[in-house]
Amino acid sequence: MNKKQKKMLVRIIVSAALLIFLKLLPAALLTPLEQALPGSVYLLWLALYLLDYLIIGYDILIKAFKGIKNRQVFDESFLMAVATAGAIALALYEHSSDYTEAVAVMLFYQIGELFQSYAVGRSRKNISELMDIRPDYANIEKDGRLERIDPDEVATGSIIIVQPGEKVPLDGVVIEGSSTLNTSALTGESLPRDITAGEEITSGCINMTGLLKIRTSKEFGESTVSKILDLVENASSRKSKSEDFISKFARIYTPAVCLSALLLALLPPLIRMLALGLAPGWETWIYRALTFLVISCPCALVISIPLSFFAGIGGASKAGVLVKGSNYLETLAKTRIVVFDKTGTLTQGVFEVEGIHHSELENAKLLEYAALAESSSSHPISKSLQRAYGKEIDRSRVSNVREISGHGVIAAVDGREVAAGNDKLMESLGVSYIGCHSVGTIIHVAIDGRYCGHIVISDIVKPHAAEAIKALKAAGVRRTVMLTGDIEKVAARVGGELGIDEIYSGLLPAGKVEKVEELLAAKDAKEKLAFVGDGINDAPVLGRADIGIAMGAMGSDAAIEAADVVLMDDDPLKISKAIRISRKCLAIVYQNIVFAIGIKLICLVLGAVGIANMWLAIFADVGVMIIAVLNAIRALFVSRV
Amino acid sequence: MKKTYKIDVDCANCANKMEEAAKKTAGVKDCVVNFMTLKMNVEFAEGSDPAAVMEQVRKNCKKVESDCEIFF
Repeated sequence: MNKKQKKMLVRIIVSAALLIFLKLLPAALLTPLEQALPGSVYLLWLALYLLDYLIIGYDILIKAFKGIKNRQVFDESFLMAVATAGAIALALYEHSSDYTEAVAVMLFYQIGELFQSYAVGRSRKNISELMDIRPDYANIEKDGRLERIDPDEVATGSIIIVQPGEKVPLDGVVIEGSSTLNTSALTGESLPRDITAGEEITSGCINMTGLLKIRTSKEFGESTVSKILDLVENASSRKSKSEDFISKFARIYTPAVCLSALLLALLPPLIRMLALGLAPGWETWIYRALTFLVISCPCALVISIPLSFFAGIGGASKAGVLVKGSNYLETLAKTRIVVFDKTGTLTQGVFEVEGIHHSELENAKLLEYAALAESSSSHPISKSLQRAYGKEIDRSRVSNVREISGHGVIAAVDGREVAAGNDKLMESLGVSYIGCHSVGTIIHVAIDGRYCGHIVISDIVKPHAAEAIKALKAAGVRRTVMLTGDIEKVAARVGGELGIDEIYSGLLPAGKVEKVEELLAAKDAKEKLAFVGDGINDAPVLGRADIGIAMGAMGSDAAIEAADVVLMDDDPLKISKAIRISRKCLAIVYQNIVFAIGIKLICLVLGAVGIANMWLAIFADVGVMIIAVLNAIRALFVSRV
Repeated sequence: MKKTYKIDVDCANCANKMEEAAKKTAGVKDCVVNFMTLKMNVEFAEGSDPAAVMEQVRKNCKKVESDCEIFF
């Protein structure tokens, strides 16, 4: 609790104690005083209750006064002040000396406010602790001694040292040492990861066992950890439809209730007096109107909806799923169609050269030419060729590289024109090629326009991919689609293995966008379409789908930028988990909306007919708020979703 | 131009009111107040001076919610 809250707590305790004391004080004790000074007890009661009222409500009265000055009649402090002061005035008018109600209403209102501020403060703290990945310092070696400096001040290319137990402050490459990394804060994955010299390392991981020397590759502001923190901190600024609905509702609700209160105070007595010839009964109707004002505050709704989303986003990030805004959580919950990219999403994107066929040259020579031609491409296939080649690539041998998207590469290697790519590339060059019977990606190689053979490369399906598709179906996804630039044979094999409903193969990046647009046009407006990609060349498709999900985003800036939901590890199972988390969060949101509005409406009706008094009204108001807030916090717990 | 400011406010409805007040201020193109993170994202209209506009935003917010504060 902060200072403000502690002060409030003291006021609540003092005021409650005084109220109980006044209620328990036997009237007989004051009889001598009444005999000595007639009328003094009445004044004493009034003074004591007013004192109590001021202890608990002085700040509300001050705020109400400020509200009047600024012409804010629908300010909740103002309404609270009117309701309680009205109750006191009625008691004075009726000479009942019963001021308990006014004081109690103020007391409960303050208890509710205190609880709300405490609960919100706690969940703020909880969630920021959850994402406690911000590194405080980086170690730099200077004259043989370690010096701690601000990660912001480390220039790209510096050598930093990370000791066991410390957070990796910047992205980079390990140049010395080996260790085990705990990546759970980033990925939600509890299995530690081994790392040795030469491997890339992401900031935000915790170094567990060995000393690591790292050459940084990015500035702090560009590092993964900064990007993620930025994303999480700004996440709930994108408001969902439910939040918009609630703020609109709150804007209408309060004035509407106040207006009904006014009508309730004036109309029935006037009708009784003028039309029915009965006694007007002003006190009864004014009291009922004041009860209305107590229920006029939309607090429970207005706090519980953003709190639910905030907790939902926090819970999701605990599970390694970053959601960029409440609106995306809402869309995710309505996802019925999931479109996958194949490479890197359902398959590992780690290709292995399986065979070299029909080579006119030595196999090694063919591989060498292909690897050199593809040396400037970052496509996973080029990487696998380079790996299979196994030697250092001498880039000076390669010139005039032309990458033809969806086809392959043409480059001059040692002065000879080498074309490496798929069937389409060969067709466009007019080279007759030999088809292959093996399933896999085929890289044909032509040198100086003459066909020289092909290399077969195949990809491995991710271990959880089939399970992930099943889990999606179980989570209510109606249709799964796979899009790939790969040939039909490979696509069909992977799709069949995983149980995907529809497969479209041989697509260029632009073709993927077209296909997604077709699917978007064909689906029902209420259903949402999610596209899942690895973010390397999917950015346009990620942007086009209702919701773009990027996988394995550790280190891929483009994916974090373009996607709406980022899965921190490569596991496709997280997609269904993300959908289930969003469903749970949305269910909580709807429960809170229905529950809070429902109870308030019931109280209003009961108040109007005189069944609910002010006590019930304030209990309902504070009670609903407390229950709604506790329900909202439930969205934070996602481990068993 | 977009800028983010830290704010201090006690209740969620008050945060909504601040957002409304800020949106109506001259020089503000759009504004989102996030109660959970206590942040205000302001998008300024072209050619406006953020410092002067924010001064006015603070004034307007104080009118609807006397207890609020914007840090800039």
